[in-house]
Amino acid sequence: MKHVLAVIVENKPGVLTRVAGLFSRRGFNIDSIAVGETEVPELSRMTILVEGDENTIEQVIKQLNKLVDVVKISNLTNESTVNRELALIKVKAEPHMRAELTQLAETFRAKIVDVSLDSLIVEVTGDVEKLKAFELLLRHFGIQELARTGKISLMRGVKYIKMNGEGRKNG
Amino acid sequence: MTGAQMVVEALKQEKVEVIFGYPGGAVLPLYDALYDAEIRHIMPRHEQGGIHAADGYARDTGKTGVCIATSGPGATNLVTGIANAYMDSVPLVALTGQVPLHLIGTDAFQEADITGITMPITKHNYLVKDVKEIPRMIKEAFYIASTGRPGPVLIDFPRDILAAEGFFKYPERVEMRGYKPTYSGHGGQINRAMRVIKEARRPVICAGGGVLISGAQQELLQLSEIAQIPVTNTLMGLGSFPRSHPLSLGMLGMHGTVYANYAVTQSDLFIGVGMRFDDRVTGKLEQFVPGAKVIHIDIDPAEIGKNIPVNVPIVGDIKRVLTQMIKKAQKCDSGEWISRIDQWKQEFPLCYDCAEKELKPQYVIEQISKITGGNAIIATDVGQHQMWTAQYFSFEKPRTIISSGGLGTMGYGLPAAIGAQIGCPDETVFLIAGDGSIQMNSQELATAVFNKLPIKVAIINNRYLGMVRQWQELFYERRYSSTSLEFGPDFVKLAEAYGAVGIRITTAEEVVPALERAMEIKDKPVIMDFLVVSEENVYPMVPPASPIDQILRGGGK
Ligand SMILES: Cc1ncc(C[n+]2csc(CCOP(=O)(O)OP(=O)(O)O)c2C)c(N)n1
Ligand SMILES: [Mg+2]
Repeated sequence: MKHVLAVIVENKPGVLTRVAGLFSRRGFNIDSIAVGETEVPELSRMTILVEGDENTIEQVIKQLNKLVDVVKISNLTNESTVNRELALIKVKAEPHMRAELTQLAETFRAKIVDVSLDSLIVEVTGDVEKLKAFELLLRHFGIQELARTGKISLMRGVKYIKMNGEGRKNG
Repeated sequence: MTGAQMVVEALKQEKVEVIFGYPGGAVLPLYDALYDAEIRHIMPRHEQGGIHAADGYARDTGKTGVCIATSGPGATNLVTGIANAYMDSVPLVALTGQVPLHLIGTDAFQEADITGITMPITKHNYLVKDVKEIPRMIKEAFYIASTGRPGPVLIDFPRDILAAEGFFKYPERVEMRGYKPTYSGHGGQINRAMRVIKEARRPVICAGGGVLISGAQQELLQLSEIAQIPVTNTLMGLGSFPRSHPLSLGMLGMHGTVYANYAVTQSDLFIGVGMRFDDRVTGKLEQFVPGAKVIHIDIDPAEIGKNIPVNVPIVGDIKRVLTQMIKKAQKCDSGEWISRIDQWKQEFPLCYDCAEKELKPQYVIEQISKITGGNAIIATDVGQHQMWTAQYFSFEKPRTIISSGGLGTMGYGLPAAIGAQIGCPDETVFLIAGDGSIQMNSQELATAVFNKLPIKVAIINNRYLGMVRQWQELFYERRYSSTSLEFGPDFVKLAEAYGAVGIRITTAEEVVPALERAMEIKDKPVIMDFLVVSEENVYPMVPPASPIDQILRGGGK
């Protein structure tokens, strides 16, 4: 089963290596990882998609917690969340295909952000399923290049991860 | 003040009494600052010796060990020692030199990415990038190394940072939002544990190294006696419960006692205290404590549930948790159980065959145990002699075994004994070494002689890498591939070459006189070369990946 972890870490050099290293050393599988700054400049947020059963995830969380630079971990797997991922896709597009592609993009609320003689770059945002579906369709035209950001998630409604509130941390 | 002076000042603030270090280009500024400092500095003959000495010092004093190495090869020579300390939760601070900041990443002379290399084997590490960070980082390093589940912390100092000028103010407190160990046990969990204990009929406590780290031996003894629960130990936990106590079961696991392994397997309650269910302890995991409820007390929450499911997890400092438990402890109905265990003790004692005139390794260790009355610090190397020590030395007091448990590092013993003797100058320190292991750090004899350390080194010389030979005998049809040590050096001459005393012992009658002579020598190391029978095996033995009650009893009875 896939789990979604929001990991708040110190925004310091080497932190990504520590986290990634821990996953490989302990034999945990990362599906995707997205990192960026948060509303608090000294803290970054990593959204990590990890595959494993309940026990594995418990170990992942406990082991991550032992990293001194990890400030807080929230397991968003069973929370109601808004999830987004962004993809940039360069598709082959001879001039006569452009109309069809533009229409397809509109259906997915994707944007065409660059046009050249025989290709287009499409930008699409959404949850993971939508991105997959869109990618499958574009394959018929021929994908030259594809880049995805990895998923990010926020809890819906009133809940939020408090940055300075005490997360339970252990040594 | 220069960065190097700041380091020295910070070490003083941390009340560091002794440093184990080896100089080199990148740490020249630091060594210059140390020249005038009133901190004792011990120079080993190899950085690995230095860090193991710091580790041995930390294990017997409970203080944080400190070591220094230069950049590149100096730093990489620490790697085994760091991993060793990490596996056994030993508080260490390792200070390494690094090439100047502007050269980092250029493959400069003696550059090695030691923070990258040691990330998976340190509790935390730092690369200093600004002289201003030095006080805070050192403060944090000592705090992290010594609190919670202890472990090694490394700080890497680029040479120009050590030379740079800055203003020194040592922080009074540490502020780390990402590091807050839990010390007190959860009240509700303690109550649950006490209910489970009260209902148990066949309870066993397994005490690991965590009990010693926490200094909880008194509390452990009380809980065991009040509730009438027998106690077994992991290798790391030896000495946390007196071996001569009627409720002691000795060591558990692969080379544990038959009765400990039987008792644990047939228990209806297993209480793991400061131990981590290592495979050498559990044997085949699926058949470990098949009919028991499990209470697991540890300061590291990640250990709980890591290897086996737990009914009552308690995260906290062992001493505090046991104190909380003792307040509510009652005698459990374990009388019948204890007499069954006593029967096993009668039926399956630790024993070995001994024909007349043979010099047996177990006999040597028994005599060391006798002559010291268990009143000594015992360092070991790794191999058969280590297991015989665990079996035949009667560990009575905490912090008396100095042995590489988790990593099983050959060559650990001699430097660790040096550190232990420096930490406890008034104690008798023995090293029980293998003829193979001793050769992995024998250069440290120079350190021991130079510092007038009266370490008593007992080499259990079987002319083999005995432990590996034993596995080849049992599981590889006696094909002794690369395990013979018949071309070992003359250890008596080696001792003499370094200015130590060397004694060769070839018969059983010579054992006690040699030990007595060694006990008399107070100003230099003694190397006793015990030429024991060469193909003795360690028994009992649980074959790898078997359940621990399927134990080979071997020779003897
Ligand atoms: C650094 C290192 N290399 C290899 C091993 C594998 N190993 C474990 S025990 C052992 C034999 C040790 O021989 P010796 O020191 O003579 O002890 P004995 O078993 O004979 O008592 C070896 C090679 C190890 N534990 N550590
Ligand atoms: Mg040997």
